[in-house]
Amino acid sequence: MDTDYTQVALEAALQRHRSRPGALLPILHDVQDALGHIPPATVGRIAQALNLSRAEVHGVITFYHHFRSHPAGRHVVRICQAEACQSMGAADLTAHAQQALGCKLHETTADGVFTLEPTYCLGLCAMSPSASVDDEVHARLTPAKFDRLIAATRRTDVAEQEAP
Amino acid sequence: MSFTVYVPRDSAALAVGADTIAGEIAFEAQRRSLDVNIVRNGSRGLMWLEPLVEVATPQGRIGFGPVGCDDVAALFERGFPAKCEHPLALGLVEELPYLKKQQRLTYARIGRTDPLSTSDYAAHEGWAGLRRALTLEPTAIVQQVVDSGLRGRGGAAFPTGIKWQTALKAVGAQKYIVCNADEGDSGSFADRLVMESDPFMLIEGMTIAGIAVGATQGYIYVRSEYPHSIRALEAAIDAARAANYLGPDILGSGKTFELEVRKGAGSYVCGEETALLDSLEGKRGIVRAKPPLPAITGLFGKPTVINNVVTLAAVPLILARGPASYRDFGQGRSRGTLAVQLAGNIRHGGLVELAFGVTLRQLLEEFGGGTASGRPIRAVQVGGPLGTYVPPQHWDTPLDYEAYAALGHVVGHGSIVVHDDTADLARLARYAMEFCAIESCGKCTPCRIGAVRGTEVMDKIIANQDRPKQIKLLRDLCDTMVNGSLCAMGGMTPFPVLSALNYYPEDFGAGAHHADHGNQQKTHV
Repeated sequence: MDTDYTQVALEAALQRHRSRPGALLPILHDVQDALGHIPPATVGRIAQALNLSRAEVHGVITFYHHFRSHPAGRHVVRICQAEACQSMGAADLTAHAQQALGCKLHETTADGVFTLEPTYCLGLCAMSPSASVDDEVHARLTPAKFDRLIAATRRTDVAEQEAP
Repeated sequence: MSFTVYVPRDSAALAVGADTIAGEIAFEAQRRSLDVNIVRNGSRGLMWLEPLVEVATPQGRIGFGPVGCDDVAALFERGFPAKCEHPLALGLVEELPYLKKQQRLTYARIGRTDPLSTSDYAAHEGWAGLRRALTLEPTAIVQQVVDSGLRGRGGAAFPTGIKWQTALKAVGAQKYIVCNADEGDSGSFADRLVMESDPFMLIEGMTIAGIAVGATQGYIYVRSEYPHSIRALEAAIDAARAANYLGPDILGSGKTFELEVRKGAGSYVCGEETALLDSLEGKRGIVRAKPPLPAITGLFGKPTVINNVVTLAAVPLILARGPASYRDFGQGRSRGTLAVQLAGNIRHGGLVELAFGVTLRQLLEEFGGGTASGRPIRAVQVGGPLGTYVPPQHWDTPLDYEAYAALGHVVGHGSIVVHDDTADLARLARYAMEFCAIESCGKCTPCRIGAVRGTEVMDKIIANQDRPKQIKLLRDLCDTMVNGSLCAMGGMTPFPVLSALNYYPEDFGAGAHHADHGNQQKTHV
């Protein structure tokens, strides 16, 4: 990660939120949205800006499943593991996804394109099983639909990587 | 001739291709030189029909669904939107029995309006509750909510008016209204529907709450798993502020109310109200001991009303039509309507709003139409991951907070997750413990350690290791969690576990249970 870019993103997040009450979560969201993760090197500066200890900031980052301290793949695939999706074959879909992507839950594919994660409810419980790719949600999934979704995301990814 | 075609923008519709369908409709219409105006409405909550495309006609809206991306050209071939001869045509949407048999109060508008149009909202009884509230004294507004009999729809069912009274009487220069939109329970989507399909209703409800208790700032805490809800609310807040329904001088009344959306970060326990307040303050989502009550010492230590989305969304109508209009629905101490969410392995899943008193059997059979897989229903979990598996002998009990509590069950947030006869209740019990271990905030020992030990014990039971001893241990552990946990997370995780064990003992390799081992019920929340 480009150190300058990290600094710019971090200072922008601090500038935008630091005077708001309860600023830490909005700051962490902005940093992660900009950088893909919250680099451990930013913790000290965030703590200083909010007059918190580094331990407090670290504690918050590690408490929440959404925040990550290390880079993920370029696209995050989350498959719902909760009861409603279980009743419609989420376990089979997850097994298929792990095989199709060649990585387990909480892992990233060797080419760095996808990170596969569990999630617990996307609010699409009447159209299970469901999953999300980045911020987009998908429901009534089957292994075949999942494969099409991954193929479409790969095409987008290739286009994004080739773009100047 | 011009046509108005509705394609929902709710994430349920988006998740099955609504954006592509809207694009295809625009493309086909242009290709045929048809004048088609596409409105992105909310969802009606008839999820098995999504994407549900509707065409406005003088007789009412005609529905087509579920429309696949490949169906659009064929629809136009058969005369769409002027004719409805395609096999996907459903006739008049509001005549569909699933919708017609409901008693929609809170969800009366969803799917009918453009969720982001303040004027569409106003044309459908919107803002009437706020206008009424602006003519009343704070105590009178609170009294209307008390008189309606409304209780918290997030699961705890605490009387809303009493909460508001406490916050109104609390002394403080700054007070807050917090909306709990951390809808993490599997099977539930009632909050999401409000936020995406009728967000002004929530904004209006929170504004009324602010005027009632003297709070000038509100926060809506939305889970990060709901990006579409966050976008819909932010756009709605901007539109409401621009039209002077929010801000420093609401409709020229001199009253102030500001509203902000805050995004969660993937923690289930933040749905517990005190953990949510800690999270809003920028901390780890750790449960607080009560007292002090949030109504007295809440967000940033100030008096705070914290209510669930559906609770706040019920308020505008109570003010607009009067408390009796709401109280007249329901039975006993469960007044008004319940937003039932039919989910999981169900043929006709969706939102069913009915007065309290409907039975589970009616919901499963008359609305749900049995399982999606076509196999027999085996287990039904009511009230989310912390709710019990309600056995068939209780399916004729009316859904009512007290009637369910008497049997050791919970109505909770109104979600109903159906499993067919392939379900293994021991594995579902194990999942309940595992989920609690993953999501526990860690403050109290029964929850933090109990859930880990519970998962281990379930592994042994599933592996057929010393089952009688492990089952005894499981019951003992559940007893500790129920009676010793600080909040509902640890305190109610045993509900699904014990109900699975008691009503489906064969899945645990055990004989039928004895009456003295019934579910242990304790109110935690």
